This record gives sequence, C-alpha cells and structure tokens, in this order.
Amino acid sequence: MGYNCVCRNSHMDHVGALPYFTEVCGYNGPIYMSYPTKALSPLMLEDYRRVMVDRRGEEELFTTTHIANCMKKVIAIDLKQTIQVDEDLQIRAYYAGHVLGAVMVYAKVGDAAIVYTGDYNMTTDRHLGAAKIDRLQLDLLISESTYATTIRGSKYPREREFLQAVHKCVAGGGKALIPSFALGRAQELCMLLDDYWERMNIKVPIYFSSGLTIQANMYYKMLISWTSQNVKEKHNTHNPFDFKNVKDFDRSLIHAPGPCVLFATPGMLCAGFSLEVFKHWAPSPLNLVALPGYSVAGTVGHKLMAGKPTTVDLYNGTKVDVRCKIHQVAFSPHTDAKGIMDLTKFLSPKNVVLVHGEKPSMMTLKEKITSELDIPCFVPANGETVSVASTTFVKAKASDMFLKSCSSPNFKFSNSSQLRVTDQRTADGVLVIEKSKKAKIVHQDEVSEVLHEKNHVVCLAYCCPVKAKGESDNDVDLIKQLSTKISEIMSGAQIHEAENSLQVGSFKGAVCLKEKCMHRTEIISCSEAVFLCCNWSVADLELGWEIINVMKLNL
Amino acid sequence: MKLTCLSKGDGFYYPPCHMLNLCGFRILIDCPLDLSAITIFSPVPYDVGFEASEYLSDVPLDAHNPIQKKQKLERQLTPADLVCAEPWYKTVKALHLWEASLIDIVLISNPMGLLGLPFLTQNPGFCAKIYMTEATAKIGQLMMQDLVSMHNEFRCFHGPGYSCFPGWIKDLDSEEVPASLKKVVFGESGDDLGSWMRLYSLDDIESCMKKVQAVKFAEEVCYNGTLIIKALSSGLDIGACNWLINGPNGSLSYMSSSICVSHHAKSFDFHGLKGTDVLIYSDLSCLQSAEVTENGCVSPDLDNNYLSTIRSDKKDDDLAASLLNTEDSLEEMEKLAFVCSCAAESADAGGSTLITITRIGIVLQLLELMSNSLESLSLKVPVFVISSVAEELLAYTNTIPEWLCEQRQEKLISGEPSFGHLKFIKDKKIHLFPAIHSPNLITSWQEPCIVFAPHWSLRLGPSVQLLQRWRGDPKSLLVLEGGLSSGLGLLPFRPIAMKILQCSFLSGIRLQKLPTLFSVLQQKIVLIPDAVNQRINLAEMKTSSILNYSENKTLRVPRIADNPSVEITTDLASKFSWKKLRHRENFGIARLKGELLMEDGKHRLVTGLEQEESSGKARPLRHWGSVAPESLLDALLKMGIKGSIEHSTRDNDTKDNSVIHIANPNRGLVETSEIGTAIIAEDENVASQIFQAIDGILDGI
Ligand SMILES: [Zn+2]
Ligand SMILES: [Zn+2]
Ligand SMILES: [Zn+2]
Repeated sequence: MGYNCVCRNSHMDHVGALPYFTEVCGYNGPIYMSYPTKALSPLMLEDYRRVMVDRRGEEELFTTTHIANCMKKVIAIDLKQTIQVDEDLQIRAYYAGHVLGAVMVYAKVGDAAIVYTGDYNMTTDRHLGAAKIDRLQLDLLISESTYATTIRGSKYPREREFLQAVHKCVAGGGKALIPSFALGRAQELCMLLDDYWERMNIKVPIYFSSGLTIQANMYYKMLISWTSQNVKEKHNTHNPFDFKNVKDFDRSLIHAPGPCVLFATPGMLCAGFSLEVFKHWAPSPLNLVALPGYSVAGTVGHKLMAGKPTTVDLYNGTKVDVRCKIHQVAFSPHTDAKGIMDLTKFLSPKNVVLVHGEKPSMMTLKEKITSELDIPCFVPANGETVSVASTTFVKAKASDMFLKSCSSPNFKFSNSSQLRVTDQRTADGVLVIEKSKKAKIVHQDEVSEVLHEKNHVVCLAYCCPVKAKGESDNDVDLIKQLSTKISEIMSGAQIHEAENSLQVGSFKGAVCLKEKCMHRTEIISCSEAVFLCCNWSVADLELGWEIINVMKLNL
Repeated sequence: MKLTCLSKGDGFYYPPCHMLNLCGFRILIDCPLDLSAITIFSPVPYDVGFEASEYLSDVPLDAHNPIQKKQKLERQLTPADLVCAEPWYKTVKALHLWEASLIDIVLISNPMGLLGLPFLTQNPGFCAKIYMTEATAKIGQLMMQDLVSMHNEFRCFHGPGYSCFPGWIKDLDSEEVPASLKKVVFGESGDDLGSWMRLYSLDDIESCMKKVQAVKFAEEVCYNGTLIIKALSSGLDIGACNWLINGPNGSLSYMSSSICVSHHAKSFDFHGLKGTDVLIYSDLSCLQSAEVTENGCVSPDLDNNYLSTIRSDKKDDDLAASLLNTEDSLEEMEKLAFVCSCAAESADAGGSTLITITRIGIVLQLLELMSNSLESLSLKVPVFVISSVAEELLAYTNTIPEWLCEQRQEKLISGEPSFGHLKFIKDKKIHLFPAIHSPNLITSWQEPCIVFAPHWSLRLGPSVQLLQRWRGDPKSLLVLEGGLSSGLGLLPFRPIAMKILQCSFLSGIRLQKLPTLFSVLQQKIVLIPDAVNQRINLAEMKTSSILNYSENKTLRVPRIADNPSVEITTDLASKFSWKKLRHRENFGIARLKGELLMEDGKHRLVTGLEQEESSGKARPLRHWGSVAPESLLDALLKMGIKGSIEHSTRDNDTKDNSVIHIANPNRGLVETSEIGTAIIAEDENVASQIFQAIDGILDGI
C-alpha cells in the first residue's frame, strides 16, 4: 500500500501541516478531501500561516504559493463516493457533522475494513447534521474521543444563556467580542444571534472581523447540501446563511462609540486581530468576551476561562486590565461519551481504538466499551502500534452444479432426541485445492471427475425374507403392508410404492422371485418365504438397516 | 442475462427505455414520456374561423370520387386538424406489456427518464426499488411539477377533461383525419392507443418520489445482497448518469447518452465503466447529428482511419485523450455564442427573443453568456425566465458543485458561485417569474426582451402566449429545439413572420468516436442498437464481440465471466477436515460446512448453526478407485473377519466380478467390480466393518 492521505475536516489540527508535507517534504501521493474541506482549507491555511508569523515572528513553514500548489494536488470527493485508490485500497467518506465538510473515512484494504472517525458529532446542531454512516462490517473502528467522559445534555439552555449574556451587554451599551475561528462556531453562533436579533427587533450591529468569515459564509451558502436537514429545508425560501444583520468590521470601529457585537479571528485569543481588539475592550466593565469552546493552555482564552484574572499578560509582555465580563459558551461540535458509545454499538466493529483525547477519560471509556459492548478496545500511546486480527477470505471458483444444488433447499430431518431441521445444502460441496492452482468448489458428484478418477459406488444389499409363504400371495398387498409398517415406525419417511417394489430415499426393495439369490444369506428357501431384494447407498446406511429391521418383524 | 429494448427513444427529451433481466432480477432502465406527441393537441381553444381559408385547398371535396378522396387524405394539415382537448401523454407502449409488480429495480439515468415514472408507481402492485442520482431526483421532480402546473393552466381553458376513454381518440379514428396525425396517435403499427395516459397529479409525483433512493455519483448500493449498483456521471446534463452493475455472474455497464467534455455537468466518467464483461450502449443520438444525415453512412475511409489508429497499439492514455479532445465542446460553445449574438442583434433592432429550450445545462449556460454579452454590448435588455420552478431550480444549481464540471468546481475553490446567473438576478438584469400572469411581471415587463419559457413542444406553458404575441413581428426571434419545425410544432402559429433559429445541441457521443470509445472501455461483449450498427462498421474491432439488439425483441447474452467465486472466511476454512489422497498427492479436498450467503454481490460461506451435528458422523459418501480382492481380504482379516475369494465372470457380463464369501463371525458377501462394490450381510455390524475396510482401501469424500 502506498501513501494515501485523507483529510477529514478543515480544523487546523488536521490540515495545518499539509502544505509543509506536500511542498517541503515532497509527498507525491494522492490527497483526498471533501468538497467543503477543499474549498475552505486554503482560507484556513492562509489564516494559520499569518497567525504563526505574527505571533512567533517565526520563519514560515510554508508560503502562500505552497498553499496554492498543495491544493492543486487535492482530489475532492463527495459523501459515499467509493474510490478505488489502487488495486487493494478502497475508500469512502461518510458525513461526520463537527464542521462543514468533516467526514468519517471507511477504508478497505483487501478483505480488511476500518473506519476512522476523525472529529464527529452524533447530534444535530443548528447548522450541521449528525454523523451518518452505513452499518458496515468492520475489523476496526478508530474513534476520536476528545470529550470521552462528558455527557452533554440539551444545548438549548446554554444557547439561551449565551443570547441573554450578549443581549444584556449590548443593552447596557457594551461591546461584545466573540473570538472564533472562521469556520463552524462562528456560523452557528451568528445564526443564533441573527435569528434572535430578528425576533427581538434589536438594531445593534453584528460585525465580522475580516473578509475571511464573510467569505466562509458564502461557502456555507454554496455547500448547503452539507448542512443539516433543517437548514436545507429552509433553503428554498431563505438561505439561513444570508445573515440579515451582519456587516463587515473596519479597524476604525474599535473605538467607535455605542454597542456592537464582533466576531473576530482567531479563536482562543491566541494572536492576531481578536487579541488586538481584546486589548482595547477588556478594561471596560460594560463589555463582554464570549469564548466558544475549547482553549489551548497558554493562550489568553485559556487564562480567562481558568480563573477570573484581573490582569492578563499578553505574549509580548504587556499587561491588560480585565474588567469586562467573561462568558464561556460551552457547546462544541465534538461527540461526547454517549455519542461514541452509540456509534460503536451501531457499527459493532471487531475492535475499537480510541485516539485524540485525554488519557484518563479515554481509559474510562475503554472500560465501558469492553464491559458493556464486549468489544476489545485499545488506547495506544503516541507511536505505539496496535495490531488486530483482520478478516480474510479464502476464494474459490464454484461449479454451476454446486451453486445450482445450493439454490434449492435440502432439508434433512433427524429425530435423535428432538426433531431437528438442518439445511444440508453446503455439505454437498467439496473444496478442492490443487498445488499451484486456484481453489475450486465442486458438487460431490463432480469430485472424481476433477481428480481424473473413476467413480466407485459402494452400496449395501440384502435379500430380506419378509413374509411366510401363504395361499394367496399378492405382491401389491404385500408392498402396501410393508409400507404401512415402515411409516408407522419411521414417521416422516417418504415412501414411494410400485406394483412389486418400494423406495425410501436411496433404499430400493423389490420382490425377489429367484430360487437362489446372491444377496440372500439365510438358508431359508424360496418355497418357505417371500423375499424382498434390497439395496441402498452408504449415505443411507442407518436408514437402510432401520427398514430391514422393520420388515423382518413382518415375518 | 436478457435485454429487451422497449423503446429506442428519440433524442434528448425522449431517452430510450430498456428492460434487463439479470441474476433473476428485472431491471427497468428509464421511464420517459414522448412529449413530442402532445403536438397533436391544439395549444389554445381554437377559433374555427381563424385564417382557415389560407389552408384549405380549392378542390371541392367529394367522398365518392376515389381520386379526390386520396387528395383529401394527403391535403395539407391545418390547425383545425389538431385535437381540441385536454392533452393526454404518450408513454412507452411496450412497458404496458410488463406486469409492474414483477419489476425489481428501476434505474433512472437522467431527469428526462423520470418523467413517466409516476404512471408506473401509481400501480398498486408496484414495489420495485428505484435508484437515481440526487440531482436527477431534484431536477426531475421540478420538471414534473412544472409539467403539471402548465397542464393545469391549460385545463383552465378547456374545463375538466373526459374521465376515462377520451372522446378525442374516437374522433381521430375517422377517415378524414390526416395520416401524419394518425401516425402520432396510433403509432407505426397502429396499436399505440393504450400508451396514452392522463397526466399524473402533484400527489402522484410526491408519492413516486418518496419511493426513490437517491444516490451520489460512484456511491455503491447493494440490492438484495446480490447486485452492486453504481451511478457514474455521463456528462449529458446535471446529475445524468450511466450505470455499473456488479453481480456474482459478472459485471455490466449501461451507457446512456454521454458527453465527453461538458461545460456544465460533471463530465463523462468512462474510467469507471472500463473492463466490465458486458456494455449496453443505448445512445442513438449519433444517428441524429447533422453530418450523418447529410452524408448517409460514415465514409469507409474515415472509418478505417480510426480503426488503424487503434490497431497500431496506441496506448490507452492516447485513446482516452482522443475521446476528450475539446473539438465538440468548442463547437457547442460556438452554437451558444451564436444564439446569444442572434438574440442581441434582434434586441438591437427592437425585436424580442423567445427561447423555448428547457435543457437545464443549456439554459444555465445561455443565461450566463447572454447576460455577459448584453452587458459587454451595453444593451439594456431585460432577461425573463418564466416558469413555475425557475426560482427554485436556479437557486438549486448554485448549491451543487459536486455535480458540475471541473471549471465550475474551480469556481467553488475561488469562492465564486457555480453559475453566473446569481449576480445578474441580484442586479435585476435577470427576472424570474412563476407564470406569465404573475402580478409583478406587468410592472417590470419591457420590450424588446429576452424570454426563457417552457414548454419546448409549444403546446403548454408561457411559450404559447408569447409566441402568439410575437409571431407576426419580423424583428423578433424564436429559438427552438432542433427538429420541431418540421413536425406539427409550429402549425398552430403559422404564418410566422418571426425569425426562427433551430438548435441541435450535442446529446451523445459522435458516431466516429465509437471505435475509440469501445477500445478504451475494453468490454468483452458490446450490445449496440441495430440502427447504429448499420451505420458504422465495427466488425474489425478485435477486442470485443458486438451484438445487435432491436426494439421489442429480447436478446439473450451468454454468461462470459468465469465461474463465480465463493469467499470462505478463513475461520471456517480452518475447521474443515482435510483429506489427503492416496494417489493424488497434489490435491487436498475437504467437504464444505457452514451456510452459503449472498452478501455484497458475492457468494460467501460463513459459519452456520449445524456445525457439531454434521462433523460428528462424517462418513465418505463418494468413492473412487478400485478394490483389489486380496487387499480387502487382508484388511478384513485384521479386523477378525475371515473369508475366501471366488472369481467369477458371469454369462453375459464382460466385467470382471470378484466375490468374497465371508463365513465368520457371520455370513456375508462382498461383490466387487471396476465400477462398484456391494456389501451383502444380514448383520448390521458386520456390514459396517466391511464398509470400513473398503473405505480404507478407496479414496473418498
Ligand atoms: Zn476538528
Ligand atoms: Zn478535534
Ligand atoms: Zn434377491
């Protein structure tokens, strides 16, 4: 298998190093992305590149040209589109929620199948649907587990809290800053606000900090088929990403009087424009900073969430007084423990591997998966390799005769202790393997031919005395009589009667008129008894003896 | 596999219809309507006195004079001959011969192939699975809704139609009706009557669409565990597709009309169709293209030329590249540009343009080009799109980048809308109205203008009223679907002073490209319509064998794939009891266990329930080889059974028989020959022991 790379969503943790990988390291294999990811990642990468250069003054890992060249190598894929990457590898993307364009990846190598979830979300949120996948036969499920132990309740109360906090701030003449990455949360929160503004008839302006997020909204509009059902349905009349109250922000507006709401990039207040605005707005107690989601340790966002600091150190050593209100918006489009359990249960893979989370909570979840779902679960450390057994098949060409015999049921009734019905279809088949040739499956009647041998039929025979010689011997009556006896003792036996013979399965018996018969072992002569000359195949060995014993009783 | 062509179809708007029998499943491919047939209806209540004198011949009619009678039949059609009634719709005749409840699968290749489906799904016994692409489902549904809305509007003029058997058909059976009209109604063979249906309702459309499973391009869907079905883009229009079906008995591809390089829809994905066992080629559009009808058969020189390039072992890539040459698509762009320039010219001269083409891809490109060229010429001419579904359709086309050609996908990456009409609608240069009587239309109406209006048949929709308004204006321009003017199409509007531009847009692969195409696709068997085969010599194609099929005949295709594979899980295979054979060391054989299933289009043997039961008393049931009496005697002796050999050749028996008499512990006999051995014993146990001895000598399973 060559190198193949599938990028699931345009969060920086997933595509951040891609241009470095392709343009600087010289990776040349195929790269697959969902349509939205392909469309949005250049914006994100450019944003990321600028933040890195701004914040650390670092030498850039890659340039704008690198980004453009890298994106040319990306093959865009649609949901459920099945792609044969090479002879052995097949991949398919499934909807993952999380952010626009996020997908779970199904990969099949030979007979082995895995799903890598990436970040996903098992509940519908305001703009994105819940993850959606087929019931697949999997050897391995690799699941993201960022919120492995959290069980999140309904998010509507939290939405209301957020709206009220922002409303209160602007009603008091304050400015609300929402530091956010361009994709996902910004659109979700903005949709909430835009809708609330309409309902409450609020005229306070909502701004987006750079063209970036406005442009992202445009992508949302074009890619509406990747959003939730709810959004799609509304689309016929009004595209919900056509925000009515949203305007572009201008740097000069930072010090403009009056209330406003501002979405500014980047999130977590780690650098760039959002941090600059924070510096100016934080000292006023009228203002609000609403922080959506998770902040990495070391960022200003993280410091604000960790405690209630009165001053914060910015990265370049300057201190800022924090008198504004801080609101943490808790919902985040990552799945929680219940979501992971639901997905695992739905897919019932042979093995589970948890990645992308904190070790202790992952261990708790591992315990839960092992005990509740009885599926082996692994939490590998970085660099550790987990090996699991995968499905493999032996492939054999089947003969027409075998397949034909399999197409009609061949039930066998056995009443050893209780009546059992078993379908014997496949037992007529024989797997033949010849050295250095492909395996074959043939019907048992074809085996000798395949082996270039002659059939040799082994059967049993016995000329059985069934009745003492009497005055009026009638063959028809005799056969009737025997048949009744047989069916009395062996219920369910299918008996075919003829004038002077009967047949059950391969067992055949016919009235024997010979003076001396080869198949007679008794010394009783033909004048003393009537004989039935019987023979039957090895397959019906027991059946034959049972019938013989029944008939002997007639004597 | 069996293929029955139910209808060859007729051009873009009437795709062919096929019934396929595969692995015991009945598959219907496409369910179109022959909408050109509605031209037999009169578009509006016809006023009998209206200019009628122009058409009547001066010869007085006399039914008793045979010569005059003949003349009467061949007289020119007049608008009065058209049927004044609520239109009925012509479906595929042969489809009515099939029991709807016995169809297992319906595949719809493009929106045109969907228009007749509600007639089929109305049937209470209908239970087939319906597959089509998401885009086909959406666009097709909108087109059906538009058809119903235009039809309902029509009904307002006529009042409710006849309920069951329409009176208009009875009227048409009379001798005075012109033959050309009768041919449309009753068909070539005169039995088309049953194919006329009353139009379905919006509810019928809805319940039909509820039964649809919409798929993406290259999404694999599995029917009944047996068939894996995949839609691959055909390039004909947005969402249009070809089908790939994989089953246990091999693979098949169905190729509908395809376009190699498209400027709107995702292009023809021929890589996906490569190498299947069978290709059904259903595209007849190659016979309609102008160069063929002019020159008759494709010249043999050209033909050989193409074949020789193939024979010279050109690499696959080169062949594929020649399929993708942009000549055709450039020609298409020129046609579009020509339409735009004609419209602009008319507008400049003060005339309006009516465009009745409804092919979505063509309309989208024309809107874009037209608006751009009007802007660059700084002509202030409004563009109107009048259709009950215009707004939804145009909004939809800007939200489906996945279904479009590469250049339009690139636009997504650079953040531009897929189609240019969005900007012009915003700038109020393109106006959308649901109907001609929409309240706002009057206020923004301004002539000259350019109007896109259905229906292309010129019998329904806003195109009818606009044509009546402008037909006397020599400055105005009518842009028509090709071929329409030669039939009944324009009859009710004559005389026409308007300029008429007829456009035939490419709607399939050109005939000359077929040898190349088939070489690239590399099928073992190619099925093509007889009409196509008559036009091009494919006999020299060595790679595949070519079979012809004709309308309403069933063609059987033998299975050509190897025997199907069975996949056995390694788990199960390891539990088989393997037999080593005495005389065949290279072989290993084992009796099968488990349960045979059909999964993902493959036979699979998996662990079943009856495992222990059968493994307990495994006994070989088939034997081969021969039994030497001496070795059997030795084997029996080891078991404590004594016997003696008697060689006997019976009277008429040429075969050598040996008999072993057994005396101890019980009387018995073994009779053995080349072909078999019989064990004769009274005692069950002795018989079993003898069997064991024989089994030890022979190989068996
Ligand atoms: Zn993420
Ligand atoms: Zn994540
Ligand atoms: Zn006998």
